[in-house]
Amino acid sequence: MAEKFDVIVVGAGPAGTSCAYTLAKAGVNVLLIERGEYPGAKNVMGGVLYRKQMEELIPGFYKEAPVERPVVEQRFWMLGEKSAVTMGYKGLEWGEEPYNNFTVLRAKFDQWFASKAVEAGALLINETVVKECIVEDGRVVGVRTDRPDGDVYADVVVLADGVNSLLAKSLGFHKEFKPSQVALAVMEVLNLPASKIEDRFNLEPNQGCTIELFGDATKGMVGTAFIYTNKESINIGVGATLSSLIKSKLRPYDLLDYVKNHPVIRPLVNGGEPQEYAAHLIPEGGYHAMPKLVGHGVVVVGDAGQMVNSIHREGSNMAMTSGRLAAETILLAREANDFSENMLDSYRVRLMDSFVGKDLKKYKDATHTFEENPQYFKEYIPMLNKAASEMFTVDGTPKRDKQKKILQMVSQRRGTFKALSDIYRAWKVMK
Amino acid sequence: MEGDEIMSAIPLKKADIEAKQYLVRFNADTKSHLTVLDHDVCLTQCPDKLCTLFCPGEVYKWEGTRMAVGFEGCHECGSCRIGCPHENIKWEYPKGGKGIVFRLA
Repeated sequence: MAEKFDVIVVGAGPAGTSCAYTLAKAGVNVLLIERGEYPGAKNVMGGVLYRKQMEELIPGFYKEAPVERPVVEQRFWMLGEKSAVTMGYKGLEWGEEPYNNFTVLRAKFDQWFASKAVEAGALLINETVVKECIVEDGRVVGVRTDRPDGDVYADVVVLADGVNSLLAKSLGFHKEFKPSQVALAVMEVLNLPASKIEDRFNLEPNQGCTIELFGDATKGMVGTAFIYTNKESINIGVGATLSSLIKSKLRPYDLLDYVKNHPVIRPLVNGGEPQEYAAHLIPEGGYHAMPKLVGHGVVVVGDAGQMVNSIHREGSNMAMTSGRLAAETILLAREANDFSENMLDSYRVRLMDSFVGKDLKKYKDATHTFEENPQYFKEYIPMLNKAASEMFTVDGTPKRDKQKKILQMVSQRRGTFKALSDIYRAWKVMK
Repeated sequence: MEGDEIMSAIPLKKADIEAKQYLVRFNADTKSHLTVLDHDVCLTQCPDKLCTLFCPGEVYKWEGTRMAVGFEGCHECGSCRIGCPHENIKWEYPKGGKGIVFRLA
């Protein structure tokens, strides 16, 4: 007789663990299955974790959790080949409770988070791959794992299996993602003494900084590079849509080394000792790429449901909220003893009504538009750098002439009408 | 060619991907979780051998007539499954506990 749980959650990332934690806390018998050696062993993210959605699960988590630094400054650099136009916000209020976000290292954080779910009563099984969902009469009733006699049954199965959600795909919830719907990111963790980090990034101890890099950092491809400060290391990475990587034929790790050696970036990372190299896909298809999220006895959460806001580099917070909302819906379904698609669909409704659905909807055309119109990354950022250089270089030319020259450059390289319509298009997808 | 244009326009030093891969812990299985379905498709229909370029672990290497798959160094990112223009790669998860083990990331 195979074992039966109330709920099986596949994948112990932020989405799955949030779901399992919420259910276990409510006394539900939940099995959390992780294919890695431990939670986080297969997970990668740039490294910024937002406080709010995590705290909705575990108030005051940062007092106990392995977080690196609270972020007090977010910088945005529009990179030229030997220059940068920079912008950012430094808010010391972010250095105090309640913080805005923290840098984290996923392998450490995910293990801690999953341990909280276990403390709450969830059963965590590592090193186990779910091969398929067990479907009977059109209902998902359990999962088949790669363990001997590995069938396990449940009222509801939660698919939190990440960007490569083979399970949601095999249920027919979505077709294979297109290369334009995913971004490939590569990253290195570089060790650097805390004092060096604080000097270079203009920080006090226990303050963190993030830098998002556009333009030359991806050689004009749709994507970004980033630098995030941990306690005694920094994460530096670069990501671009898989389609633009394919088109440009750039090797991702060559691009990463290009970013590390960029003359504007090198002084920040110089001497950093590489500790780990990681690659991962980010589901950036957004609203239009979202799969079917609910079926009989099954719901999809987190990356598996394409819940990433690539414009604001948010994802793990969306994952956590979706996991929590799924759990809350399952609790209602248990009360009604009804695990049908109709009942579980209230998860989808609540999700789309939350910031997750609203933000995905707001930027529903953004990635696609930038993908179709590479001029934003490829032409305007270099132009912006040239314009700034022109304006700030004092060489005896009157400012009016400089302005004229800049406008001429824009209209020559892009055309006045085209430039105006580019501005309108960008405003439309971002508004 | 757009890619060549970029490559020739910038002094892009080739990264030492082997050194990067040494930083990562791999608990490789004995059996590959990645399968090239038809090596003739790579030979005849894919002049650029795209997977050898975008794969972040340099898992794929073209050996003149067939595609060698160094699955031991796979980051399990899924790019090859989605990015192969001929859907010529069968992609599975490695056995539970096997494959890449991130310690930090």
